Amino acid sequence: MPKQTPETLTGAQIVVRLLERQGVRTVAGIPGGAILPIYDALSKSEIHHVLARHEQGGGFMAQGMARATGVPAVCMASSGPGATNLLTAIADAKLDSIPLVAITGQVPKPMIGTDAFQEVDTYGLSIPITKHNFLVGSADDLLTVIPRAFRIAASGRPGPVLVDIPKDVQNQLVDVDEWPAPGCADVVPPPDGELIERAAAMINAAAKPVLYLGGGVVHSGAAEAAVALAQKARLPTVMTLMALGAMPVDHVLSLGMLGMHGARCTNLALDECDLLIAVGARFDDRATGKVAGFCPQAKIIHIDIDPSELDKIKTAHVGIAGDVRTVLELLQPVIESPQRHAWLARVASLKADHPLRMPGIDDPRTPYGLIRAVANCLDDEATITTDVGQHQMWVAQAYPLRRPRQWLTSGGLGTMGFGMPAAIGASLAEPERTVVCFTGDGSILMNIQELVTAAEEDVNVKIVLMNNSSLGLVFQQQTMFYGERIYASKFKGMPDFIRVAEGFGVPAVDLDKASDPLAALAAALATRGPMLIHASIAMHEQVLPMVPPGAANKEMIGG
Amino acid sequence: MNSLTRTENQALARTVLELDVNNHAGVMSHVVGLFSRRAYNVEGILVMPVGSGATSRIWLLVNEDERLDQMVKQVEKLEDVLAVRRHGAEHEVFVRLEEFFV
Repeated sequence: MPKQTPETLTGAQIVVRLLERQGVRTVAGIPGGAILPIYDALSKSEIHHVLARHEQGGGFMAQGMARATGVPAVCMASSGPGATNLLTAIADAKLDSIPLVAITGQVPKPMIGTDAFQEVDTYGLSIPITKHNFLVGSADDLLTVIPRAFRIAASGRPGPVLVDIPKDVQNQLVDVDEWPAPGCADVVPPPDGELIERAAAMINAAAKPVLYLGGGVVHSGAAEAAVALAQKARLPTVMTLMALGAMPVDHVLSLGMLGMHGARCTNLALDECDLLIAVGARFDDRATGKVAGFCPQAKIIHIDIDPSELDKIKTAHVGIAGDVRTVLELLQPVIESPQRHAWLARVASLKADHPLRMPGIDDPRTPYGLIRAVANCLDDEATITTDVGQHQMWVAQAYPLRRPRQWLTSGGLGTMGFGMPAAIGASLAEPERTVVCFTGDGSILMNIQELVTAAEEDVNVKIVLMNNSSLGLVFQQQTMFYGERIYASKFKGMPDFIRVAEGFGVPAVDLDKASDPLAALAAALATRGPMLIHASIAMHEQVLPMVPPGAANKEMIGG
Repeated sequence: MNSLTRTENQALARTVLELDVNNHAGVMSHVVGLFSRRAYNVEGILVMPVGSGATSRIWLLVNEDERLDQMVKQVEKLEDVLAVRRHGAEHEVFVRLEEFFV
């Protein structure tokens, strides 16, 4: 870096300058006493600060930006409750490998450990839910810590990094005569060539292979390479919840989502396969069911950027540590292109005999019908977020996802309250897209306050609220597995969501009261700006098929 | 400690892990947190700075367990861990300390 004229700056000014140099254009957060110096510096910056109404909402807005673009996004909070409120959003990012940089204010260094006002051990609390974290000791250290935070967040398997900055460090003056380069992802070491050859030989020798794509395919930009490999080697392909969109769901080789709420044909094909090629997937229990019963006859090739994922749940016959896109591109020229008549015919017959059943798909007053009606109004440029619960699984099953990063959902942590703030973040990052958030009456209440943020930012976010007056997935499990003893899952009080939305400044439409719900839906989705679209659904509707928790995937109920 | 007697405990197969780490507050927390969240007891810990003090060496004495390979991979992933080496229980680093623990 060329030497520049030395400047005397505060730690806070250094943070903001480093964010600017990093290319950050939008941050989400809430100020408070211990982070006020940074906010004061931010007020003089071109960076757009989005004022969330709860720090968790701010964390999920940053997640929405990061998930939509793949670039690390920034959220901010003050010390104490500000930091603790952020934790859920950070943990969520950790489990789904989302690059996030969380900046928190901390009480001044001399007061740390004194139980000062709004003091909490943010560093200690965030250790197990971050990829890495820092408690910054001096303003000078910020020059290395901030770029390093971005580098760590983006490198290898992405993840959240927290930087806790005491207030006196934010106020400390230092001379800066040289700026560090922005932090960017490290180069991933090339995969072992011999392992590529062995994997290719296994794929070439397999009679009944299945390609199993996980979220890592999206993170590494490997969707195109995965589809190319599947096409050349004629590999029936399943996707985890996190990978949806990596292969268009209507692609002839796609078997859609596997696991607890996958189609019967999908789980049955896996049960029969003789080779499982896992790419950027981590054998999550919601995907595998009982592990001993998952692909019981299959050899396993496991490709992942994180070596600790190899052999963690299932021992791989060939485990390749590397960037999945690189590995897939190296495999492409060395795999053969067999006809695979027998296996493809078998998979086709499984699909014909055990398809995903979507009752009511043509009726917009049913869950599947509503989801399909929304999809019919949009193209693949739209971004879809969800909250967590029945609606999430229905959308995962029924929405025709065709584009990587089209689908933003809380997979690993399964956080209710994710959907709406994540949609706001996605829209802030890519304002040209329509962003649809499917949510439920349980989930939306967990971050309902961000409706006012949506109104304030005038984001093009359409919230489709599927209201069954219950915690639907709890209701479903109590119905199926707890002798229909329904407890604490039916809401007795129900807000008037139309008036709630309007009260927050977000226009709302109630499909229940529309004489032509399809027309009302189309009009709502075509109107620019935030909108809440309310639709009641029946409480007894279930997500099917369902693998009982702890059972093998072939033991599906219903569907 | 669990309910094993000292003699029984010593009969379990042991592994000694040697970690080179950056020397700053919090590194120990990162390392032992990986064990504690898995209810994986660390039987012995020994830490001293190395050379200039920029790095430290952590010696961990742990029981052999089917989770150990995964534990080592997780430790290797930590930003502040520079290297991990595995040794057998015969490694003398903890043996020499036994006189302080009678």
